[in-house]
Amino acid sequence: MTDPAIKPHLTREHVAELLRQMVRIRRFEEKCVELYQREKIRGFLHVYIGEEAIAVGIMQALAPADTVIATYREHGHAIARGVPMTTLMAEMYGKQEGCSRGRGGSMHVFDAKTRFYGGNAIVGGGLPLAVGTALADAMQKRPSVTACFFGEGAAAEGEFHESMNLAALWKLPVLFVCENNLYAMGTALALSESETDIHHKAESYRMPAEVVDGMDVVAVEAAARKAVVAIRAGAGPHFVECRTYRFRGHSMFDSELYRDKAEVERWKPHGPIERFGAWLRQNDILHEAAFQAIETEVAAEVEAAVAFAEAGTWEPVADLTKHVTLEPES
Amino acid sequence: MNEIAPARIKTTYREAVRAAIRDALTADPKAFLMGEDVGHYGGCYAVSKGLLAEFGPERIRDTPLSESAFVGAGIGAALNGMRPIVEVMTVNFSLLALDQILNNAATLLHMSGGQFNVPLVIRMATGAGRQLAAQHSHSLEGWYAHIPGLKVLAPATIEDARGMLLGALKDPNPVLIFEHVMLYNMEGEIAADAGAVETGKAAIRRPGRDVTLITYGGSLAKAMAAAETLAKERIEAEVIDLRTLRPLDTATIIGSVARTRRAVVVDEGWKTGSLAAEVTATIMEQAFWELDAPVARVCSAEVPIPYPRHLEQAALPQPESIAAAARATLGR
Ligand SMILES: Cc1ncc(C[n+]2csc(CCOP(=O)(O)OP(=O)(O)O)c2C)c(N)n1
Repeated sequence: MTDPAIKPHLTREHVAELLRQMVRIRRFEEKCVELYQREKIRGFLHVYIGEEAIAVGIMQALAPADTVIATYREHGHAIARGVPMTTLMAEMYGKQEGCSRGRGGSMHVFDAKTRFYGGNAIVGGGLPLAVGTALADAMQKRPSVTACFFGEGAAAEGEFHESMNLAALWKLPVLFVCENNLYAMGTALALSESETDIHHKAESYRMPAEVVDGMDVVAVEAAARKAVVAIRAGAGPHFVECRTYRFRGHSMFDSELYRDKAEVERWKPHGPIERFGAWLRQNDILHEAAFQAIETEVAAEVEAAVAFAEAGTWEPVADLTKHVTLEPES
Repeated sequence: MNEIAPARIKTTYREAVRAAIRDALTADPKAFLMGEDVGHYGGCYAVSKGLLAEFGPERIRDTPLSESAFVGAGIGAALNGMRPIVEVMTVNFSLLALDQILNNAATLLHMSGGQFNVPLVIRMATGAGRQLAAQHSHSLEGWYAHIPGLKVLAPATIEDARGMLLGALKDPNPVLIFEHVMLYNMEGEIAADAGAVETGKAAIRRPGRDVTLITYGGSLAKAMAAAETLAKERIEAEVIDLRTLRPLDTATIIGSVARTRRAVVVDEGWKTGSLAAEVTATIMEQAFWELDAPVARVCSAEVPIPYPRHLEQAALPQPESIAAAARATLGR
């Protein structure tokens, strides 16, 4: 008998949940884009539209005591991990009711309750941190895993390679998740890597690594479950390269000079929600009413999040220099 | 007798930097630009937009996200006969290249007993004001100004954006140019034939006799606005734009303070250990007996830059805080 942790169990409830989570991310971010245009959200905004299957699939394999570290394109990871949409939206606004008290904004979502350690806006900056959280788990003999998400652009950074080596050398419980969307800002993968199969880089550090279709939420979940079971059993770090595509610009400032509109259009039908939805329909797994119910429920959740953020308050300027250092406990 | 007015053109700070890069690459076949997204993307702040089509991928060279490697490669290429202009997207990411800048670029000439110089220009965006939060809002030019072996420039005007790069390319040493992110959209007129400008000298942007406001880069406009406010109160502030942060033009600073007898130093870096501290100490060492009031500093608050606009603005020097500090030096 196989361990139930290893394989996704495709019950009607489970597939509906996978779809629901991806739709939550998609609709939340579509609202964020609109709010950005209305200048409610400022700074840099990087949306995850097209890549939702990765965060949703990976999170299925994680337990509450596990740790998550992501990048500046992390709204999807936060939502899939269970950060409430309300405090997340308040953070996007910069209100003090936000999950990071409004200090971080879109790129710096932090949430201790769900062990969500950011929201890192320095490319590659999260990888060494993940090595460290995993080291702490290992040294304290806890069975926890750190899931670390990053784009393929990070693979060019020294921090990526140093972290791969250290995690493998010390056999640390890290799940490295490379979200390969083919572009780092405007630089295509082929223009930035001599070896474009990113998972081979992990293999060169003697780390088990595999490639999955990052547009297929079930495939991502399956890969994550397999890897996490092995990591918990003490097999050391694992690497999953998820092949995906970013449907929108890098950020709200991107004029997308570096790729064809036609290329983007070609990808769109292969989007994770589009594809999973089509599969569920073709195989009569979910009825139209179930799709509708998800949309209705999510629309209400997004509206409630916006209302929460609108009703939020600005932190007083008198508190400006708070949260810089802590007083030592006496 | 009528003189023909020299032709002037409307431009922006961004276009001025682009025109300077174009001039540099046209004048010197060994010059090239390299950095993240300078080519296909068109530059993070659109500075190099269009240059890839003009000069090709050999000379407008996109790099991977490898700050340490491509800055180091710029140093190596400079050592070996090329004239690289390296763009580090922002000062925030230059931290990943700090080792190359400090341990190689700044020291090779000295370590080699004068044999190997590094004729390299590194440009980067700096500063806060766009609500990009703690990791994307640093002003670390003062750190770089700490390092012997480097020259550090901070163009605050369109003329300097147009001319400083060309000036820097005449320098046989590593030169860092800091372009404040809030300046790229600045519009103005410059002479159609504007070109290289002298570096190493500060400029008096507004003469005055009551107090000297000393600043650079993104804070210049704020100091000018403060001077305008003060003028209405019949306080004549002199505004000095440092332009070059290393080496500092102490003669201009001391000359001005000797006349006004009061100084306010404005710097977007954090106050502790800041460039403003260096300027202040220099005034103490060289003009102590000329002073009628303690030198004042207006710097960023001691906090990583927060995301919400009201807190970000509260953390940064502002015309009001500059004017208030100037009044205080006059006992007002
Ligand atoms: C060290 C560093 N260099 C440059 C940047 C600017 N930058 C932000 S995101 C990005 C592209 C990253 O691409 P990738 O890692 O593939 O992730 P994606 O944005 O595609 O999700 C760049 C160049 C940065 N934030 N950090």
